[in-house]
Amino acid sequence: MTARFAFASLRNGQTMAEHSIPVAPEMSSLLDSVAEQCREGRRLANFFGHRASDQPLKLYAVMSDDKANLLWIGAATAGASFPSLTPRCPQAHLFEREIYEQFGCRPQGHPWLKPVRFPARPQSPPIPRNYSFFHMDGEEVHEVAVGPVHAGIIEPGHFRFQCHGEHVFHLEIQLGYQHRGVETLLEHAASGRVPFLAESIAGDTAVGHGLASAMVWESLSDVRVSARAAALRAVALELERLANHVGDLGALGADIGFVPGSAYFGRLRGEFLNLLMELTGNRYGRCFVRPGGVTFDLPETMAESFLKRMKNAQKELQDVSRLFFDTPSVFERLDGVGAVSLNACQELGLVGPAARACGQDHDVRKDHPYGMYRFHHIPTMTADEGDVFARASIRRLEIERSLEFVISQIDNLPQGNLRAACGPLRKQSLAVALVEGWRGEIMHTVITDEEGRISRYKVTDPSFHNWMGLAMALRDQQISDFPLINKSFNLSYAGHDL
Amino acid sequence: MWDLLKAHFKQGHRTSAYPKGPVDFPERFRGRPTVDASKCTDGCQACADACPTGAIQLGTPPKLDLGKCLFCQECVAACPSKAIAYTRDHQMAARTREDLVVSSTEMKLTAALDKKSRELFGRSLKLRQVAAGDCSGCAAELQALNNVVFDLGRFGIQFVASPRHADGLIITGPVTDNMRLALQKTYEAVPAPKLVIAVGACAISGGPFRDSPQAHNGVEGTLPIDLYVPGCPPHPLTILDGLLRLLGRLESGTREEVYQKR
Repeated sequence: MTARFAFASLRNGQTMAEHSIPVAPEMSSLLDSVAEQCREGRRLANFFGHRASDQPLKLYAVMSDDKANLLWIGAATAGASFPSLTPRCPQAHLFEREIYEQFGCRPQGHPWLKPVRFPARPQSPPIPRNYSFFHMDGEEVHEVAVGPVHAGIIEPGHFRFQCHGEHVFHLEIQLGYQHRGVETLLEHAASGRVPFLAESIAGDTAVGHGLASAMVWESLSDVRVSARAAALRAVALELERLANHVGDLGALGADIGFVPGSAYFGRLRGEFLNLLMELTGNRYGRCFVRPGGVTFDLPETMAESFLKRMKNAQKELQDVSRLFFDTPSVFERLDGVGAVSLNACQELGLVGPAARACGQDHDVRKDHPYGMYRFHHIPTMTADEGDVFARASIRRLEIERSLEFVISQIDNLPQGNLRAACGPLRKQSLAVALVEGWRGEIMHTVITDEEGRISRYKVTDPSFHNWMGLAMALRDQQISDFPLINKSFNLSYAGHDL
Repeated sequence: MWDLLKAHFKQGHRTSAYPKGPVDFPERFRGRPTVDASKCTDGCQACADACPTGAIQLGTPPKLDLGKCLFCQECVAACPSKAIAYTRDHQMAARTREDLVVSSTEMKLTAALDKKSRELFGRSLKLRQVAAGDCSGCAAELQALNNVVFDLGRFGIQFVASPRHADGLIITGPVTDNMRLALQKTYEAVPAPKLVIAVGACAISGGPFRDSPQAHNGVEGTLPIDLYVPGCPPHPLTILDGLLRLLGRLESGTREEVYQKR
């Protein structure tokens, strides 16, 4: 047996010269190495293609060793096709479909080689073009199709259920309706427009994506962020997490008809958005994180009022959470619904609260710490059941931990400049940045050309990893529980569709 | 039961005082911007150069297009003479695309619909939301209108499940190519007479996604628009203000006239 193709290690927020990325002699040795590393417990964090001008297509794989706090990268030159990794390593399934859609390079033997986002081409028919959905035959089997326009204020997506009565055998999720061509725009945008595009990848994660984008930029231009700016970024990121987690608990309340929970959590979500507005001038924290630092300070008087409001919210949340989680009918409605096993979670490579609810102890803030999280750790919360109740409980616990973290940060804000100037980007280099957004792992990867311009901008939203988890959670469930299970994941359509 | 009642009592009444009472926005809130051309120096184009979406058209006076504006602080920070400034005024929805272009410290308040439309929609307006490539920011603010603070239902305005139950569409996003057909079909399903409301920079001009080959620079060119609500995303009260003035439930005209009457 030949020796395994060795990947090079790198850390979160690190830049490396393109020539120091190991290139496998053959595609098969790269793929074998990925499959072997997955068996050893590493995760496939990213797998994407890049075609530099007049160069052949190159595929890059980024593995995450969460226990060793390291990332591993390797590449190989691709021809018109390559043997699909998916049968050996299901985590690769959507990445391979994406590579096929973006570059036409075919993963041979892929079990489900369906387009991902259906980018528009002249005269192309609407989604899903000529693709025929998976369907079951049988006298009493029926199909339910919903979307892209739904009943509530939800993003567009199409869902196909194969049912027997209420019982769901299979759910096929069709996305792509929100495809705005974000990666292409990022690759061609003037540098001043990049942060705005990053903040618009998923509007409820403006701070998370803004931060990941700023981190790659700083890494490529050798800029260090001051301790104060790093602390303020962490405050904004946790406020975003708080607003969304609290809002999600409220939405779960609404879906099970527990109106007091929905009303109180809904109002408290607004309290965190208003704190973000107080700090940044925008309820979603837009235009706050910028390459080099942040745009606004948190002066002492404002810090005092923040602390007061945070402590007040903390107390109110304790009361409302107790009311919600101690109500027997709430527990009865959430328990055992939409479960995902730890095995399925690991096979699919789920991330964020959805993975932690299955018992997967992974959190970028702990595994690949960045900024303030290198100095102040937030305990990771896990559950075992992987059902809606577990996903709700994880949110409740993360709300408590985030509140404690933000209060301690504001209480001890370090000194430092708000923003450092960023110079030109390093040439022919690759940089990665990982951020634990409220949905999970956000990854931005940038490759620059010989002029120091962006030649590839790869965005990986946590939803990209997690949509398949929702499809699996629906198996053998009642179709009427779909809204509830969907809400318990609350994935981003825009973040997936880019 | 006892716990529920206790919680309910403790939560109290949280509905916003708007529109009857005052609203208090934080100091950093970026509301309607103003342009003071008298402060401009000849040949200076710092604001236009800094704008990420090309919302500023140079000239005397310079024109700021709120339909393209992302309400960031790039122009404000770049301007050496502080000619552009944000107010804390959240009222800035407009009936026409031209009304969104600001070149002074004044901007007309949203004009009401004609009498017949006001009679039809004034006391009960049902809207169907369509996300057509939005990042979910604007949609989140529309959703927020339903919470206990903004409580849209108290004005007889409601987001409904089906376009067939609706009096109009409220659209977010730059209209991606993949959503265009669904948007057109949803519009056709709404019984006439119907309204179209474009919310956010994307729906008005494409916003940060302007000139993407995958999107259509907003709703214009696909459907006729009756109300434009600028912002990225607009504050829920900006949307509410636009809706109420459109229905003639709040006065329209210039700010000075309206404020003097009070």
